[in-house]
Amino acid sequence: MAFFAVDNLAIHFGGIKAVDGVSFQVNEGEVFTIIGPNGAGKSTIFNMISRIYDPSEGAIVFEGRELTEVPAHKVAGMGIARTFQNIELFERATVLQNLLVGRHAHRKTSLLAELLFLPSVRQQELRHREAAEKVIDFLDLQPYRNQMITNLPYGVRKNVELARALCIEPKILLLDEPASGLTVEETRDMGFWIDDIRRDFGITVIMVEHNMGLVNQVSDRVLAINNGRFLAEGTAAEVQAHPDVQKAYLGA
Amino acid sequence: MRVVFKTHYNQDIKLAKHSGYVFWYTGLIIAMIAAPFALNSGATDAGWLVDELSLIMIYAVAGLGLMVLTGYTGMVSLGHAAFLAIGAYTNGFLMEQGVSFLVSFFVAGALSGIIGLLLAIPTMRMTGIYLSIATIAFAVIVESIIIHWSSVTGGNRGMPINAPDLFGYELWDPVEFYFLCLVVLILIVLLVANLMRSSTGRALVALRDSEVSAQSMGINIPYYKAVAFGLSAMITGFAGALYAHKITFLSVESFNFIESVRLLLMVVVGGLGSIHGAIFGAIFIGLLPVFLSLVRDYLPAGIANAPGLEPGLFGIILMLFILFEPMGIYGRWLKIKLYFSIFPLYRKATFKRQKTYLKTERLH
Repeated sequence: MAFFAVDNLAIHFGGIKAVDGVSFQVNEGEVFTIIGPNGAGKSTIFNMISRIYDPSEGAIVFEGRELTEVPAHKVAGMGIARTFQNIELFERATVLQNLLVGRHAHRKTSLLAELLFLPSVRQQELRHREAAEKVIDFLDLQPYRNQMITNLPYGVRKNVELARALCIEPKILLLDEPASGLTVEETRDMGFWIDDIRRDFGITVIMVEHNMGLVNQVSDRVLAINNGRFLAEGTAAEVQAHPDVQKAYLGA
Repeated sequence: MRVVFKTHYNQDIKLAKHSGYVFWYTGLIIAMIAAPFALNSGATDAGWLVDELSLIMIYAVAGLGLMVLTGYTGMVSLGHAAFLAIGAYTNGFLMEQGVSFLVSFFVAGALSGIIGLLLAIPTMRMTGIYLSIATIAFAVIVESIIIHWSSVTGGNRGMPINAPDLFGYELWDPVEFYFLCLVVLILIVLLVANLMRSSTGRALVALRDSEVSAQSMGINIPYYKAVAFGLSAMITGFAGALYAHKITFLSVESFNFIESVRLLLMVVVGGLGSIHGAIFGAIFIGLLPVFLSLVRDYLPAGIANAPGLEPGLFGIILMLFILFEPMGIYGRWLKIKLYFSIFPLYRKATFKRQKTYLKTERLH
C-alpha cells in the first residue's frame, strides 16, 4: 500500500469544479511537487488534505487511514504539517511562542495540571523547548527567538512558518509555495533546507511551487494539473517537456 | 540596562525571570500587606481608601476573567456583568441558606463557569461584532431572570448580603475583607499566569491570531473556545462573589449593560493581552471616580454637577487610548521602562507597528 495516496479527489463549489478527479501517490521520503497555472487547484488539494475543506468525492489515504474521516485538528497529530501560501503566523506572539504552538499536538498534560503548573507540566515545557530549539538551530532563527512576528520581515516569517511546521515533527510536510516572495538567495536556502528536511529528518515533502528553479532543485517527482485535472506526472524535466503542460502555461 | 545570562530553559519558564522580579514583587506584596495598616493608622482619615483598594482588587479579578476571553483569545464580550451577577447572586443565595462562605464562593465560581461553557455552545461559530451582540443578549436574559426569579434573587427588592465568614469567623472589618480580596487576587493572578505559560494559553493566543493555522497545528477550536469561555466566566464569577460582599446589597442595576462596558473598558485601557493590563485597568477604573470627587470642588459648578460626567469622561478616555495608545496603560508602561533602561538610546520607532502582510484569503 502506498505511504500516501490521493484517489480520484474532487471538490465542487457550486458549479465550479475546483478539483476534478485528481489521483496521485507519494512514496515515503520523497519530495513530490504539484505545479500548475494559477487557479489550477493546487492549494485546494492542500486544504483538503489538511481537512479545511471536505472533498465532494474521492479518498485521501495516509498510512492506511482514510483522512477524510479525521477531524481537522487531528491531522497534525497523525503527522501531517503544513505551511500557508500567504503566511498564517500568530502575529502578536514571539517566534518562540509560535514554535511552541507547533508542539501542541504533543501535549500530554490536562488543563487542571496546567492551571496549577504541576511538575509534569514543567517537564513537558522543557521538552517542548528543547525540540523547538533544535528547529531554531536548524533554520538559523536564533536572532529572532524572542521577537514579535509583527516586527519580522517577510523572508524570516516564511522561515518561522517552516520552523513551526517542523516542530510538529511530522511525517509529511505540506509546503504551499515556500519560495513565493523570497529573494533569489533566500529561495536557494529554502531549497537546501528542503533537501535537508528530507535527508536528515526523513520527512516526506509535498510541495506546491511556481519557481521552476526550486522545483528542479529538490523534486523527485512532479505532478502538473490544470483546471483541477491531471496533466502530467514524472521527473521535473519530463513534466516541463510535456506538450500539455507547455500548452497550459503558454497557451495553444 | 539589565542583561540576563541564560543558562537553562527553566529561566524562561519561571514566573520570576530574574532577581529584579523577585525584588519588586516582594516589595509590592509587602506594600499591599502594609497598606491597610498605614491608611488606618488614625493620623489620616484615609480609612475609606482601604475600601477603594478592595474594590480595585475585585475589579482586577473580574478584569483577569475578561482578559482570558477578550485579551488572550480575542473574543470580545459585552456581557460579562452577567457572570459577575451570577457569581454574586449564587454566593448571596447560598449564604442566605446557611452555607459557609468558603463553599458558596467556590460554588459561585463553578456555576458561573458552567454557564460560561453553556454559552460557548451557541456562540461557537460567532466572531467579532456578532459574538459581542450575542453576549449582550445573554446579559439581558440574565438580567430579566434576576428580576423575575424573585424567590431566589429577591427580584426588584434586591438581596442583602452578610459579611463573609471563614471557619465560623465573620469578616466585618474592611481590613479583614481587604486581605480576603488580596489572597483571591494573588491566587487568580497565579492561575492565569500558569495558564499563559502552558500549552492551553498558547492555544488561546493562537486562536486569536489565526484560527486556520491553529487548527492545522492540532488545536481543537471548539474545545478551546469553550475553555476560554468557561475559565473566563469562572474567574469573573469569583469576582462577583467578592463583589456581593463589597456592595453588601445586590440589586439588578449593579449588573447592567454599563457595568459590562466598564469591564471591557478596563481591559482595553489597561492593555489587552497581559495580566498587568487587567490590574492597571482596575486601578484606573477604581481611582477615576475618586479622582473625580477630589477635583469636583475645583471645577466650575456647571461642569462639576453635570449629569453623566463620569461615563462621559470614561468615553473620552477610551477614545484617547484607542487613538494614541492602543496597547493601553501597560503598553505605555513598557515604553517608559524601556526608555529608562536603554537611556539615551530610545527611539520612537521601536514600538511602531509594522505592516501586516496579507493573510490567506482563500480560506475565509
